[in-house]
Amino acid sequence: MTTTTKSAAPASSYKPDADGRLLEVDDLHVEFHTPDGIARAINGVSFDLHEGETLAILGESGSGKSVTAQAIMGILDMPPAVIPSGSIRYCGQDLLTMPEEQRRKVRGPEISMIFQDALSSLNPTFPVGWQIGEMFRQHRGMNKSDAYAQAVRLMERVAIPAAKERVKSYPHQFSGGMRQRIMIAMAIALDPAVLIADEPTTALDVTVQAQIMALLAELQEERKMGLILITHDLGVVADVADRAAVMYAGRIVARAGIEDLYAQPAHPYTRGLLESIPRLDQKGQTLAAIGGLPPNLTRIPQGCAFNPRCRMAQDICRTELPALRQVGQQQSACHFAEEVLNG
Amino acid sequence: MGKYIVRRLLQMIPVVLGATFIIFAMVFALPGDPTAGKCGERPCSPEYVAKFREEHNLNDPLPVQYGKYLGKFVQGDLGTNYYGIPVKEDLAKRYTITGRLALMAIAFEAVIGILAGVLAGVRKGRFIDNLVTVSTLFVISIPVFVIGVFMQYLFGIKWGIFPATVPSLEASTYSLILPAFVLGSLSIAYVARLTRTNLVENLRADYVRTAVAKGLTKKRAVGVHTLRNSLIPVVTFIGADFGGLLGGAIVTERIFNIQGVGGYIWKGINSRDGVAVVSTVTVLVIVYLLVNLLVDLLYGVLDPRISHD
Repeated sequence: MTTTTKSAAPASSYKPDADGRLLEVDDLHVEFHTPDGIARAINGVSFDLHEGETLAILGESGSGKSVTAQAIMGILDMPPAVIPSGSIRYCGQDLLTMPEEQRRKVRGPEISMIFQDALSSLNPTFPVGWQIGEMFRQHRGMNKSDAYAQAVRLMERVAIPAAKERVKSYPHQFSGGMRQRIMIAMAIALDPAVLIADEPTTALDVTVQAQIMALLAELQEERKMGLILITHDLGVVADVADRAAVMYAGRIVARAGIEDLYAQPAHPYTRGLLESIPRLDQKGQTLAAIGGLPPNLTRIPQGCAFNPRCRMAQDICRTELPALRQVGQQQSACHFAEEVLNG
Repeated sequence: MGKYIVRRLLQMIPVVLGATFIIFAMVFALPGDPTAGKCGERPCSPEYVAKFREEHNLNDPLPVQYGKYLGKFVQGDLGTNYYGIPVKEDLAKRYTITGRLALMAIAFEAVIGILAGVLAGVRKGRFIDNLVTVSTLFVISIPVFVIGVFMQYLFGIKWGIFPATVPSLEASTYSLILPAFVLGSLSIAYVARLTRTNLVENLRADYVRTAVAKGLTKKRAVGVHTLRNSLIPVVTFIGADFGGLLGGAIVTERIFNIQGVGGYIWKGINSRDGVAVVSTVTVLVIVYLLVNLLVDLLYGVLDPRISHD
């Protein structure tokens, strides 16, 4: 950040608490009222996020990770989405009960988000610099040419070559990786305290994936942002995340420091996810995939939602919902967490 | 861009040639004698008929007639009609009123149509949406001569708000409001529906979600981000419609007794006035092609993904 923009930015009225806690999600529920019934996408999710921390939220499609992110951003389509209970506090203030105009001013300057597909997430009919600069025009009342200058600065920051010449180019004139860099530039434009990245690298080549992850890690370090990294790909988060929460059928089923999670998973689902990553030292062996499909959210199985796909499932798993509890250094919502951890 | 325009202009030549030849052949293939009824109650004298046919090259074979006609046309001579008046003069007078009428109809389409479409789109499923959907269906399903006569009776005769007919070539803008509205009514309905559909579709687009996530006001997310994309097909429709409207509106012009291009062609066909019909239609074809070219260029401005290189 240059000093000029620092002075242009009004001091944020949001301050993290003494522990540096930025975001506190508590017992969040989200339902979608569809013609086929009520889909319970989020069923009591709680977590918090501190300054300078990277939290990975892992899970398959339909596990509720993206819905959680969209609920935090306040960009769920309501209806059909309904938030029957729970709270999302940002620096102590509940976003869910906040007036919409106040909440709008949180989006961008305080909490911002990067989406999976940068091509469809950027407006095809406006130059990229215009779209980045819009953040300054909307939230800082900046004029067009100053906003363009800011866009150039941000494009340089995310390492887009010849930023000055390309600031008036359109999204389709960039490669996939460059487009994602533009999304990132837009998201960090106003120096947000929290950045949510929803599958930021899924649409990219592997080499580009690594570059984007490195850029995110670098920006987070530089700005002390709280970063929520949502992905189904356990490979991309290992180097970047501090903690991880694993979601299944709208619940957090495991929570651990990133090393523990990889070294000694305490939930059969986490273990299944890890085993389904191809490894060079096990070449030739059949890749262990988790059998079956994630449950239909309008009919989540009784007991532990994972039981129909779990190799360790017993009778208790089909009747009793396991609570998230401490197991060693980690948390796991499994009746047999100790066995998994030690097995 | 310049290259593109030149290429498009060159492509127009065969289209214009083809269209005019077909019209030419069809008009002269029509049964009937252009000299019939020219001399009052009596048949025309053989001398007059011979002179008339000579003057208008009617004795030559069709391709020769066409060639002679075309030679004059490229020099800017649109010929004289069978009454001895240069077609160019007639057309200039009538084109003014047709053009004004078309412009006003387009203005109605753009303003009312887009406004209704946007209101219906952002309030999908609510009262205003249903109102727009039902009323546009109503307009689309009724023929324009019914709407025209009905509105003429209501606004022109019963309530007297607007003049019921506009026979003068120098009609005031006010007196053209009613005919222009009737002329544009069908397209207003189409534009409203097209705008609504596109807006509803685009409101679900990822980039609109991004716009909201950027903390933009709802007005900005819809009015700038969504509308820009939703209006691309609408502009194309309105542009093509404008080209069509410049060809005159026979039905609307007749209802309101407007002396426009549509009526001129109508009269020309009825009196077997080949030169008048062919020249007018040729001008219309050229105007239509030019308007289309303009629309295509505008399309490139609205949607940067379309390149004219």
